[in-house]
Amino acid sequence: MDGLKRGSAAIVGVAESDLGQVADGMSVTDLMAQGTRRALDDCGLSLKDIDGLFCATAQSRLSVLGLAEYLGVDPKYIGSTIVGGSSFEFHVAHAMGAIALGLCNVALIAYGSTQRTIGRKQASVRETNPYETPFKPFLPSTAYALAASRHMHEFGTTREQLAAVAVAAREWALLNPKAWEKKPLSIADVLSSRMVSYPFTVRDCCLVTDGGGAIIVTSAERAKSLKKPPAYVLGCGHSVTHANITSMPDLTVTGALASGKAAYAMAGLGPADIDAVELYDAFTINTMLFLEDLGFCKKGEGGAFVSGGRIAPGGGLAVNTNGGGLSYCHPGMYGLLLLIEAVRQLRGECGARQVKNCEVAMAHGNGGVLSSQATVILGTSATL
Amino acid sequence: MPNSPDSPLKTYLDHLSRGELAYQFSPEAGRAVFYPRVICPFTGSDKLEWRISKGLGTVYATTIVHPAEGKPFNVALIDCDEGFRLMSRVEDIAPEQVRIGQRVRFRVHTSSGDDPYPVFTPVEGA
Repeated sequence: MDGLKRGSAAIVGVAESDLGQVADGMSVTDLMAQGTRRALDDCGLSLKDIDGLFCATAQSRLSVLGLAEYLGVDPKYIGSTIVGGSSFEFHVAHAMGAIALGLCNVALIAYGSTQRTIGRKQASVRETNPYETPFKPFLPSTAYALAASRHMHEFGTTREQLAAVAVAAREWALLNPKAWEKKPLSIADVLSSRMVSYPFTVRDCCLVTDGGGAIIVTSAERAKSLKKPPAYVLGCGHSVTHANITSMPDLTVTGALASGKAAYAMAGLGPADIDAVELYDAFTINTMLFLEDLGFCKKGEGGAFVSGGRIAPGGGLAVNTNGGGLSYCHPGMYGLLLLIEAVRQLRGECGARQVKNCEVAMAHGNGGVLSSQATVILGTSATL
Repeated sequence: MPNSPDSPLKTYLDHLSRGELAYQFSPEAGRAVFYPRVICPFTGSDKLEWRISKGLGTVYATTIVHPAEGKPFNVALIDCDEGFRLMSRVEDIAPEQVRIGQRVRFRVHTSSGDDPYPVFTPVEGA
């Protein structure tokens, strides 16, 4: 991203809140605070060090005020950009800019959702669009299904290839003790599950869980003296192409093309340099579209690329190593959890699912209906 | 400057209630604009003309929604010949018979109490 200096800030603390199904009565701010406490412990900073506050959630209109009140802080800088699940990748770039300008030095980015406990209908406001709502699209699934229909039409992508994405995610999830899903999944299981919006069955769609967490971003200078090895922000980029699926210019090409290009340019890296790839897999088509648009394979070849276990554990490319939104956790705005996994892979903290010699990791967030895309490339000190 | 007498949505719905599929055309951009709005997204100009579509289009993308209760139904994106895209559904055929590339023709859906909206049916012999 123009104006941001490669490696000038780092993610130093990361933590999930409770995940999956949280205790009754737990609020989104409770989960943000829980993530905050754990992320502070992760890096050795204290609450009074936080002078930049960022958060987003679908369940609180003025969430950053609620979080500031709850934590008892009056931050020098606040941001609550909300563009769907990719909001937190946007926050990283915004925090980096604020730190570079001296507007703050330690930024907290937090998220919480209790959509499973309270029900999806309660968790997000129903919005009416007079040009779409009469047709009763089951959003967001139907929008992504329309994109999948176009990919199948133009490139011959099959339901089996889409299912391979879900199967790979499940195999990674079985290596992650925190993952929601605990049982193996086959391509036949995906195809024979309940149809939601053709070509997607429920197994092509992300989980509906509670969850949240927090990350702490500070200057590269300050990051050096903290508890754990910093994950330096090498590159960021974003793109907003539309809000509603009807206005997406080409359903087979996402804003990840532009966000990835900007992030690679800032990092001075390309797809071949990325060791762990964390992509926002709200639906199986997402993983294919982002692999293509971020340059891991050519446009239209996503289906063949994900087949044969290529993105599963032991495959050629480590993709969605925590099990993804499809099998690990999807509280509605999953982007923060992508960043947490990318940082942990760089630190070598991932146990059975650890990617060997992981020096560069990517977190790619998606929001709305393929609407907002944001790419963050992180690296160890060896990559500076 | 006086307030606008009508919203873009009101104008669009008034046309629909007369059986017309209306869209906007931006003379400065030389292209269609849809959904209707107060300025052109290509130029920023507020000079937008209302035009009536011939009602012919092609299915750009299609899906079948399987609701928790009730029958599966089609949702499609239709590219109209004048160069604008809208969400709709193709009627008169089973949802699984709707195909990308299929030629379709507009008709108005009306039901009491709701605003009219555009749906499409297959073009015979196309």
